[in-house]
Amino acid sequence: MIANNPLLQVKNLRVEFPTRRGTLVAVDDVSLHINPGEVLGVVGESGAGKSMTGTAIIGLLEPPGRIAEGEVWLDGRRIDQLPYDEMRKVRGREIGAIFQDPLTSLNPLYTVGYQLTETIQTHLPRSERQARARAVELLQEVGIPAAEERIDHYPHQFSGGMRQRVVIALALCAEPKLIIADEPTTALDVSIQAQIISLLKRLCHEHGTAVMLVTHDMGVIAETADRVAVMYAGRIAEIGPVQDVVKRAKHPYTHGLMGSIPTIGHHVDALTQIEGSMPRLTEIPTGCAFNPRCPKRFDRCSADRPDLMPAELSEVACWLFDQAKTEVAVGE
Amino acid sequence: MSDTMVAAKSGTADGDSMLAVSDLKRYFDVSPPLLNRIIERSGRRIVRAVDGVSFTIEPGETFSLVGESGCGKSTVARLVVGLYQPTAGSIEFEGTKLNTARERARNIAIQSRMQMIFQDPYASLNPRWRVMDIVAEPMRALGLASDKWEVQERVGQHLTEVGLSPTDGEKYPHEFSGGQRQRISIARALAGRPDFLVCDEPTSALDVSVQAQILNLMKELQRRLGLTYLFISHDLAVVYHISTKVGVMYLGRLVEWAETNVLFNQPRHPYTRMLLDAIPDLDMSGRARTPVAGEVPSPIDPPSGCPFHPRCPAANDRCSAEMPAMMAHDASHVACHAVEEGRL
Amino acid sequence: MAEITSGELRHRRGLLGGVYRAMDSDIAYSFRKSPITVAATIVTIFIIVCSVFAPIIAPHDPFDVASIDLMDGELPPSWDVEGDPRFLLGTDNLGRDILSTIIYGSRISLLVGFASVALAMGLGIVLGLISGYLGGAVDAFIMRIAEIQLSLPTILVAFLLVGIIRGYLPPDQHHQVAIPVLILAIGLSNWVQFARTVRGSTLVERNKEYVLAARVIGLKPFVIMIRHVLPNVMGPVLVIATIGLATAILTEATLSFLGVGAPPTEPSLGVLINVGQNYLFSGLWWITIFPGIALAVLVLAVNLLGDWLRDALNPKLR
Repeated sequence: MIANNPLLQVKNLRVEFPTRRGTLVAVDDVSLHINPGEVLGVVGESGAGKSMTGTAIIGLLEPPGRIAEGEVWLDGRRIDQLPYDEMRKVRGREIGAIFQDPLTSLNPLYTVGYQLTETIQTHLPRSERQARARAVELLQEVGIPAAEERIDHYPHQFSGGMRQRVVIALALCAEPKLIIADEPTTALDVSIQAQIISLLKRLCHEHGTAVMLVTHDMGVIAETADRVAVMYAGRIAEIGPVQDVVKRAKHPYTHGLMGSIPTIGHHVDALTQIEGSMPRLTEIPTGCAFNPRCPKRFDRCSADRPDLMPAELSEVACWLFDQAKTEVAVGE
Repeated sequence: MSDTMVAAKSGTADGDSMLAVSDLKRYFDVSPPLLNRIIERSGRRIVRAVDGVSFTIEPGETFSLVGESGCGKSTVARLVVGLYQPTAGSIEFEGTKLNTARERARNIAIQSRMQMIFQDPYASLNPRWRVMDIVAEPMRALGLASDKWEVQERVGQHLTEVGLSPTDGEKYPHEFSGGQRQRISIARALAGRPDFLVCDEPTSALDVSVQAQILNLMKELQRRLGLTYLFISHDLAVVYHISTKVGVMYLGRLVEWAETNVLFNQPRHPYTRMLLDAIPDLDMSGRARTPVAGEVPSPIDPPSGCPFHPRCPAANDRCSAEMPAMMAHDASHVACHAVEEGRL
Repeated sequence: MAEITSGELRHRRGLLGGVYRAMDSDIAYSFRKSPITVAATIVTIFIIVCSVFAPIIAPHDPFDVASIDLMDGELPPSWDVEGDPRFLLGTDNLGRDILSTIIYGSRISLLVGFASVALAMGLGIVLGLISGYLGGAVDAFIMRIAEIQLSLPTILVAFLLVGIIRGYLPPDQHHQVAIPVLILAIGLSNWVQFARTVRGSTLVERNKEYVLAARVIGLKPFVIMIRHVLPNVMGPVLVIATIGLATAILTEATLSFLGVGAPPTEPSLGVLINVGQNYLFSGLWWITIFPGIALAVLVLAVNLLGDWLRDALNPKLR
């Protein structure tokens, strides 16, 4: 399952926030890897810790949040403990980022061209003219019409969908090996969403860039990702190839999640309902974080916390799949 | 509520729709100030948020209006409930005209049978009020309960109805999650004893699993209390799940409406087809997608003729000149020249 | 009866619940953590208490003509060789104890300060709410008046008002109306900042869904303004009120210094400073310096309190 040389390797990552009411653990013992050129989806509901994972990897955690434990390796090099200046060089050149809100991702006071050429020249040895030519090329690649002219426009002169394309161009311009995309299509209309998703897929395929796609939208994941990790309460509940997780969900949470999504063509009277809601970070249950809401829980679930265990093609953090035990208690 | 009570409550003669909206228009004047207009020699700028929408809703139905941002669906919701006054056209609730604020004030008994649920669970509840007072407000305002104990008891009932506990009345909104706040909003709407609920994207801001809870709750309440819904959403899958009839809006106009199964199985208008095609495919059947080019134009400067023609693969000259009229085609109602001419 | 848990206490209606919630809140926490703010608050409260209990605390009564002895005049502070232990900070030219006049004087300063802020706040909140909620022509009208008001300096307004009122009244009644006129003048010049802030917050709140929900229920605009919008716009108002208090006190001191403020019969700190100024170059420095220090300390303490309040209530910094 793990290729010999994964591009990104995250080992036992733990992100904490000290507050006056105690320490909040936003990401708890998360391990994942991304192979070169692959798209890993990280899906979960609000509070699951998926955005925090991406932010921690790229080194943009705001204090007092900090990486308390764990390691992040990029292309054989450890990056989670790099000093600020070193990390700054990694960002942009090796890891690119696309955030949710295209309005605030671009500086409104500078032209799009300026922002592109500045990024290119910071990370690659190019002259002004070469950088500008490259910028125009990129804008054309992302589908901005009349790129030669529009390169000198300001962000407010672009519509929402166009702006997100510019942000994608910006993320790709220094030729990074990995892009972390945090809810890149959530703020866009459905029809624009479709355009942006197919653009992202095509470009990353052409450039050979790996993508960590963080989103709450399972549909986007199903269309775009090769593998997917489902997060719950700061931990990974299930991780595996996308067809496996979406169509043959194993973890009861993933199963419930898939059932609660309405699908056109499948009429149901009532959607699958998972009782209760995701626990607050200050009140995470002992043992398996999902156990109070799980229809299949048994005694061990509230006592011991399950690690990721192999289950066919995926890995699941659930005692139901514990092959070490001889007795399998399913249901009550 | 038993079935007989539900029927009696509707109070309409047979054949009378509960809500009838006819050629509804709402324009917003966003012109720059007079001085600027004189200096810059620019004209007035009018946003045609809703530009001639007509539909009816029968008792017990769930009618959904679906479309992308800027299509005017939220504006229609607010027009129906009285937050905006129409620029033109009419709104009739069980035969009573409710166009102007005065008409609504005069017919307060009828107006109060309509309530609304909003999108943002964090802005829908006054952060300084207790939940108990929030839910009790419609009761007190409409005189539905008089003394303190009755109010408290009814509030407890409504909270239980939406899946919360009566003791939650003592708490403040910030102590609840998004889904729970939305339940409180529903409880508040129910406290007014409505027959008709306008729901403006009530689940768009919620997580998927919470959305499922709220949709199930809304369906159950509809069954139990005999409610009729006008449901606004941009999410076609949600609309598929919850509606009996669906209307698709684009740039302030209704382009197609039909019963849910008909619309989703046999979409006729090119925009409807495009929307359905653009939905991410959970089934991963690997179907070929044709992402449509372009973006929604600005409602200040809509294209001439049919507003969709710049992006429409089936547009011809007539489409850029003439606005198509809504016509019946088999089981749907479509406003499209290509459909009318049999080209699609 | 079951024991009251902290959870239940949190939801208690009335004063007990309110106090508990306030003490446990993030604001109280940030307060406890900032020594400067705690010090500033203690100083402010101390000065307020002293001035309220002036008749009890002050060693002498500077207004009791019988107790003043001209022979006691112009005595330096008690630690000076020529000083008198009865008069801690010395006496002025008439024999009045400086410490006592400061205590009584701060009374006037605080009275004028609080009253004018209350007036400005009341006027500003009402006009700001109406302006923000109703919008349109009403909003435009009120804002134009506000802008005209802003272009007039406070001092000028005060002079104008004082002059007009003095013109109508016989001279012996001037002293009676001096304080109310002062309060009116300062209050009238400061309402605009309250109105603008409230108007801004109202514009934001009025589009929020909870206000829309109240409109759907059918409540009248006035009711919505008071019951729904007002509690949610009070935050910034408190900040402005606190800093406005400091400004009002200073303004009053300035006006009194210029002679159009508090009368000599009820001197405020500004009057004392003015009076003392005449004797500064004669070497009687204590008559002006000590009231000056008192004024500075009071204004500084209130300003620091206002600064902390602004940071504590700023949602972005939390």
